[in-house]
Amino acid sequence: MSMQDASALQVLDGALSAGEIETVDLTHTLDPDFPVIVLPPEFGQCARFRVEEVSRYDERGPAWYWRNFSCSEHTGTHFDAPIHWISGKDLPDAAVDSIPPTAFVRPVCVIDCSAESAKDEDFLLTEEFIQAWEKTHGDIPAGSWVLMRTDWSKRSGAEYLNMREDGAHTPGPTGDAIKYMVEERDIIGFGTETVGTDAGQATHLSPPHPAHYLLHGAGRYGLQCLANLDSLPATGAILVCPPLKIKNGSGSPLRVLALVDRSAA
Amino acid sequence: MADPLQRPAKKDPQKRTTSPTLPPFARSRKAVAFTAAAAEGRFALQVCDECEHVTYPPREVCPKCWSMELNWCDVESGGALIAATTLRTSVNTYFRERMPWRIGTVQLDAGPTVLAHIHGDVEEFARVTIIARTDKSGQGVMLALPVKETLNMADDRQLRALTCNPKYRRALVTDGRTELGQRMVKALADAGASRIFVGIAEEWRPYSGQDALLKIPGVETMPLDVTNTISVNELAAEMGDKADILINTAEYVRPGSAMDRHGVTLARDEMETNYFGLMRLIQAFGPGMRGRGADGENSACAWVNLLSVYALSNWPVYGTTSASQAAALSLSQGLRADFAGSGVKVINVLFGPLEESWRQPLPPPKVTPQRLADTVIHALTEGIENVTLGPVAEDVVRRYKEDPFVLERELTQMHAGMTI
Repeated sequence: MSMQDASALQVLDGALSAGEIETVDLTHTLDPDFPVIVLPPEFGQCARFRVEEVSRYDERGPAWYWRNFSCSEHTGTHFDAPIHWISGKDLPDAAVDSIPPTAFVRPVCVIDCSAESAKDEDFLLTEEFIQAWEKTHGDIPAGSWVLMRTDWSKRSGAEYLNMREDGAHTPGPTGDAIKYMVEERDIIGFGTETVGTDAGQATHLSPPHPAHYLLHGAGRYGLQCLANLDSLPATGAILVCPPLKIKNGSGSPLRVLALVDRSAA
Repeated sequence: MADPLQRPAKKDPQKRTTSPTLPPFARSRKAVAFTAAAAEGRFALQVCDECEHVTYPPREVCPKCWSMELNWCDVESGGALIAATTLRTSVNTYFRERMPWRIGTVQLDAGPTVLAHIHGDVEEFARVTIIARTDKSGQGVMLALPVKETLNMADDRQLRALTCNPKYRRALVTDGRTELGQRMVKALADAGASRIFVGIAEEWRPYSGQDALLKIPGVETMPLDVTNTISVNELAAEMGDKADILINTAEYVRPGSAMDRHGVTLARDEMETNYFGLMRLIQAFGPGMRGRGADGENSACAWVNLLSVYALSNWPVYGTTSASQAAALSLSQGLRADFAGSGVKVINVLFGPLEESWRQPLPPPKVTPQRLADTVIHALTEGIENVTLGPVAEDVVRRYKEDPFVLERELTQMHAGMTI
């Protein structure tokens, strides 16, 4: 069968089987010890991931092992729907169960901020930084996901949230950067390796939490607690990120995959 | 003087762990009141309402005037040893394993003549002070102590059988992130505990006091989150065989009644720590401790629950927290049944408002974390199972004993509409 005769999916299947397209896992394991976002104590808090055994080949169920698990819609590697934020609360199709599934399989651009984030834990991704990236890699295509690579996923323990008495210190985008990506580039969503799409000190930005406020206000999506972004190319990969179909869900833990073309390598 | 307690040698891994055996358990229904007082460290006997005659052993009617009105009252603890003997054989397994054992007859200043266990330092015909405590069966017994403190007095074998002295024992403090947990650890170290395992939840979040905590001698911090079954089970697997004393300092406190609350999320968090947390600890550490109740000088001996006094009766200002504490208190009563026959005591400390951030707006008098820690050490060294701490708690317990329904009315009416 020649390439001309094959359907796009058959080509994809062939490339996957041949290892020309690699499936990269961008997900942290759902683990009770994985950090979650910590809000001021008087606010409601994000539930940690927990499991309780129902049976394990024992008197509760002799031949089978299964567990109940519990967590927040925003625990572990997770998806943010527009209704997560007040700015997106009245938008149509803005919950995880109503978002059109086309959003979950899209091209992805990766902006490498790892060197800058290593030098400055409060590094902010600006409009100018994105424009400089575009000079090298071309304009961000409309409908793409944009992921901010900081190598933050390589941190563990207290280094990950990096909490101090004045709050968390982790990199994130400025409001102008989000506005540029949404208004000028029409991205479908923005993702990070840190615990949220916003910087640790984003409550002090204007508007506060610009990624949440502006992305979700414009009906765009968020991904956070991503891993392995260092194995993705700047452009050309496909992101696969379907959240659980939770009725009226504000978000969901999920498995995030990237399809990366290794044939050129 | 008693032989000074030596640091116990490491356990011989080839020897079978001694199973707990028990002193006589049977008591009359009337005598349970003696045990209840002993569990609080009180020496109470029946006193006749009509003729003020003090009677012992417990009876249905006054032997002097035949009145039925016998009330349990705290009585004078002084007395004189009028006869003593040292048992060298017994048909009871518990005593056979602990021979020689000293018993004697004491003429109480309160009136009756009683049979009591005798501390090794009491001289014949000497004045004594009687203490009432629960023994390994959980039943109230009397021990005659010297009137004046003697050298190594706490190390006496017969006294140690009634107490849970932390000296040379290994303890687990379940939450070391809080000031309470850290004061508890320091107090245990000061009381001579040989190793102190300290649970730290969520090491990915910093906490204050960490540096000072790690400097306390004998301290080992371990990952432990009582809301996480896996974490509790893993720690028990790692060091559960060394938990001679478990002190549960984990608590989750939030103000608000059910109607003040918006949804059940916070209430679930309260239950996760205060109730399910206790249950996870019981399931993970309980069986091991139950099997080690007679494991030499550093046998498992005490499980300590720190509970708000509003576990007894709901205080609406902290209404749903009170409910979770009530659940924990109920579970702790069940734990006494689980540990029955093991010789491990369940010590419940009911405390009034604690000096900590979630109770910050409450007016004094409050209980400081230091005072609570000191009180736990006192309860352990004295072998007291039920402790009430602080003026607020004392008031609530007093009124609870008088009439729990009146207390309920008072707590729910006087704080109507008060929110924190």
